[in-house]
Amino acid sequence: MTERTIRGKTAIVGLGETRYYKRGAAPDPEFKMALEAILLAAEDAGIDVRDIDGFASYSNDRNDPPRLATALGIKHVGFSNMFWGGGGGGGSGAVANAAAAVAAGYCDVAVAYRGLAQGQFGRFGQGARIPQAPGAMAFTAPYGLMSPAQMFAMRVRRFMHDNHVDQEALRAVALASYHHAQYNPRAVMHGRPLSEEDYDNSRWIVEPFHLFDCCQENDGAAAVIVTSAERARDLKHKPAYILAAAQGTDYRQAASAHNAPDYGTSNFKTLAPRLYAMAGVGPEEVDALQSYENFTGGVMMSIVEHGFCKPSEVNEFFSLDTFRFDGGKLPLNTSGGNLAECYMHGLELITEAVRQVRGTAPCQVKQEVNVSMVTSGPMVQPVSSLILSREPNP
Amino acid sequence: MSDPYPPSHAATAAHAAEAAEEWAERHHYLPAGLPQPAPYPEGLAKEFWEGTRRHELLVQRCNGCQTWQWGPEFICYNCHSSDLRYERVAPEGRIFSWERPWYPVHPALQQAVPYIVVLVELPGAGGVRMVGNLLGDPHQEIVIGSAVQAVFEDHDDAGTPTPYTLVQWRVVAG
Repeated sequence: MTERTIRGKTAIVGLGETRYYKRGAAPDPEFKMALEAILLAAEDAGIDVRDIDGFASYSNDRNDPPRLATALGIKHVGFSNMFWGGGGGGGSGAVANAAAAVAAGYCDVAVAYRGLAQGQFGRFGQGARIPQAPGAMAFTAPYGLMSPAQMFAMRVRRFMHDNHVDQEALRAVALASYHHAQYNPRAVMHGRPLSEEDYDNSRWIVEPFHLFDCCQENDGAAAVIVTSAERARDLKHKPAYILAAAQGTDYRQAASAHNAPDYGTSNFKTLAPRLYAMAGVGPEEVDALQSYENFTGGVMMSIVEHGFCKPSEVNEFFSLDTFRFDGGKLPLNTSGGNLAECYMHGLELITEAVRQVRGTAPCQVKQEVNVSMVTSGPMVQPVSSLILSREPNP
Repeated sequence: MSDPYPPSHAATAAHAAEAAEEWAERHHYLPAGLPQPAPYPEGLAKEFWEGTRRHELLVQRCNGCQTWQWGPEFICYNCHSSDLRYERVAPEGRIFSWERPWYPVHPALQQAVPYIVVLVELPGAGGVRMVGNLLGDPHQEIVIGSAVQAVFEDHDDAGTPTPYTLVQWRVVAG
């Protein structure tokens, strides 16, 4: 039996992003923005958009492939797919599913996309306005535990308690995102620097999360084009080869009423070894990391669970100096990410990981980025991660 | 064991005393208007909510292998038996984690922040956990590992279509 892997078989060859807006500020409807992102991604790749024959998204994206394909005049669709689960857990997973479909021969050119205009639909940061909380929600909502920040704060608190983590570790993640956003004109928080004092003085949303520990709410759309490594070589840009992808969830992580046996976790413990095994690289070789920030505490546990430092080393390891693009040991969220560029549900982390491989990021960590990594959706179920490289077999 | 994360918005002693008094006078920890608990459509948690009306704490347990299971499910995750019962457990536990919401995520919470949500581990039921509010001063220092006791909070005021009882917690010596 041949080795079962997608290593080096596909590449991301096109990036498309609308302008990123604050929630409610987008002039266009969400569906139109999704179309725009896909058109831009195809143009960036140098591929006729009508040649796209695969669609992959996540988090119950409202913009369904049949309508997109019809609107774009796409000749035929060979693959359409939705990654299960909510939050940003499927960002890397959607790209992985697109890659798997190309590798398996279901389609030749797949787009992984996300359209999200929170100003036009419900806000994630609000509790449901419903008279009754059914099922598992009955164990939490009547006690005022309703929003994503509240769902995850106690997991982070428990990790901090077990490992004696200081608030400054969370602050370092926020500072890194805001630092990088100041170099990125696309970032919603460009021109809005964040100091340690700003963070410390910001209001609590839910302890242990200050305002700046929480992602933004935004409007926009983003898309990436995935095709075979063979085809990728002849296109406009240097391909970002998909070296490995992994998705999944650990033992009984979805147990309701906060009963996951391992509680203070981002849910990557069984995923990370599979990811690195497929990639054939380890955490020490990662040049740049884009780590999904629903909340800074999730990034903290993602970094630990992907092997960049031990739980006991968090206080020492987590600093702006560690995470900055210019000389940091682990350049983190180099576009500003969900906190300070745009909450495009983590698809903007994937476009940034590709720019690092191409060498075109505003905060380019070095000329030749060999290993560019993304982790998607800490603390949700399932989660996913992705490793890109400038070489199909580095 | 001291808690290393005191609130940054530290209340003055006077304010804390006032807040404690105000909260002690409240019939319910959180104001009316939040979603009420409803059993699963298939009735999975029906017995649990009926138990709270009698001020009894019930947890699902497997008749086959005696595994405790929470939240409830149709089969036992350990031995896959569908022969499950609800067993009464001591209404006491330990604080496993906590959070203090300051941002009101629902209109009903507008005047009710901050408040405290605790995750309570039940040593008498295989360490399963339950979410509730920690009664008392919302500014109080919270220590993981503290012993807590359940307080059954009845919601059967006029206007509540289906009366229900929430399980809240208060710190006790131990």
